[in-house]
Amino acid sequence: MSWLSHNTHMEEWRDQGIVLAVRPHAENGAVLSLLTEEHGRHAGYVHGGQSSKMRGILEPGNLVSVAWGARIADNLGAFTMIEQERHVTAGLMGDPLKLGVLLAACSLCDAALPEREGHAGLFYGLLALLESMDNELWGVVYVMWELALLRELGFGLELSKCAGGGDSERLAWVSPKSGQAVSEEAGAPYKGKLLPLPNFLKSQKGEVTDQEILKGVELTGYFLKHRVFIQDSRGIPEDRLRFEERFAKYVDRQEREDLEESIKQDVKG
Amino acid sequence: MTRHDGPLDQLIRALAALPGLGPRSARRIALLLLTNREKLLNPLIHALEQTAEHIRNCETCGNLDMITPCRICRDTTRSYRTICIVSGIADLCAVERTGAYKGQYHILGGVLSALDGIGPDDLRIASLLERVRPGDVDEVILALSATVDGQSTAHYLTDKLQDVTDVKITRLAHGVPVGGQLDYLDDGTIVTALKSRAVL
Repeated sequence: MSWLSHNTHMEEWRDQGIVLAVRPHAENGAVLSLLTEEHGRHAGYVHGGQSSKMRGILEPGNLVSVAWGARIADNLGAFTMIEQERHVTAGLMGDPLKLGVLLAACSLCDAALPEREGHAGLFYGLLALLESMDNELWGVVYVMWELALLRELGFGLELSKCAGGGDSERLAWVSPKSGQAVSEEAGAPYKGKLLPLPNFLKSQKGEVTDQEILKGVELTGYFLKHRVFIQDSRGIPEDRLRFEERFAKYVDRQEREDLEESIKQDVKG
Repeated sequence: MTRHDGPLDQLIRALAALPGLGPRSARRIALLLLTNREKLLNPLIHALEQTAEHIRNCETCGNLDMITPCRICRDTTRSYRTICIVSGIADLCAVERTGAYKGQYHILGGVLSALDGIGPDDLRIASLLERVRPGDVDEVILALSATVDGQSTAHYLTDKLQDVTDVKITRLAHGVPVGGQLDYLDDGTIVTALKSRAVL
């Protein structure tokens, strides 16, 4: 009877994960994609995944405890138990920028990470990012998380010293070719071709403003597009593009309002 | 198609493609229709023919009606200065059922969803901007689902509307449903209700 016990053996595990995406399947089911702590990005079928009870739990960004099982390890398998641990999404729905970050981060993980390959660091990084949403520095945390994602995928940037042998205390640019920082003097002749390095990533740490965060989002966006998604016919996820566009628009509006305010002050003065 | 694929099999397959029906239910319905031709099959054929021939999408709001613009768009007792944006016709029916809203509608035809490949060009956003642009509208109500996709669509529409007009943009409240007991609600609903609490 040993062949029977072998055949009936189920592959099973329990873990916690962050919901990345939910794809409806047939009338009531769904295919759920999670970033788990120990099993990396992992998908599985959820019976009744489109039910009103499950829909609130299976929103991107929510932390859940799951049990996964399959007859053979290579199968899609099914999540046999899903319990909500932390509801992150509901608190962010009213804020377009924070909701944009949530969707961008989840869609990047879903599109870029190889399946079933452990990335515990990224899991905790994403958790920290989602928990930092009430902090005013959430934009900086997001840029740092994208840098960590690039590093995890093998496209880490070297931002601590100058690629051109210049002064590493006065870094101002990043080379789009090598992904290395370039000092102000060494980069001066190639200014138009280099990417600006945001203040908060420089060794001397400057002021954190929305403009600097936008520089960071554009910097990581460039390398995501030209390194991670260069071979992907779908390109960089739509949610990430939309977040960058919305953030740029927000910064532009802020600048305009500040300018109008200063003109008003001048007129009053 | 199988070798013995006749009209009955085609009917069963067509019925089985409908939501909520599997092959067994489809077969049962097909046989019931065929055994009650006068009472069930012929009226159904007639209704289907009439629907296919006469029902069309309203060119203004996207609703289904026999005339275009539809009855809601033509109704002079309704306010033309408020537009309620819904994702589908089922949502329009849900709002209309309450009888609490007496303005116009605009049906988007879905919500933005990167996973399903639904982008801004797949929704009726351009026609919405055209409707709102002339300045005849005072308020746009975003009546979209309280899901990530629904709310990201709402934010996207807010951006687009603010680019072309200074119309007042509102959204439906999120929170405790009528008759809902707090200890039975999910965490997400309570979080949203707390965030959008109102001063008494």
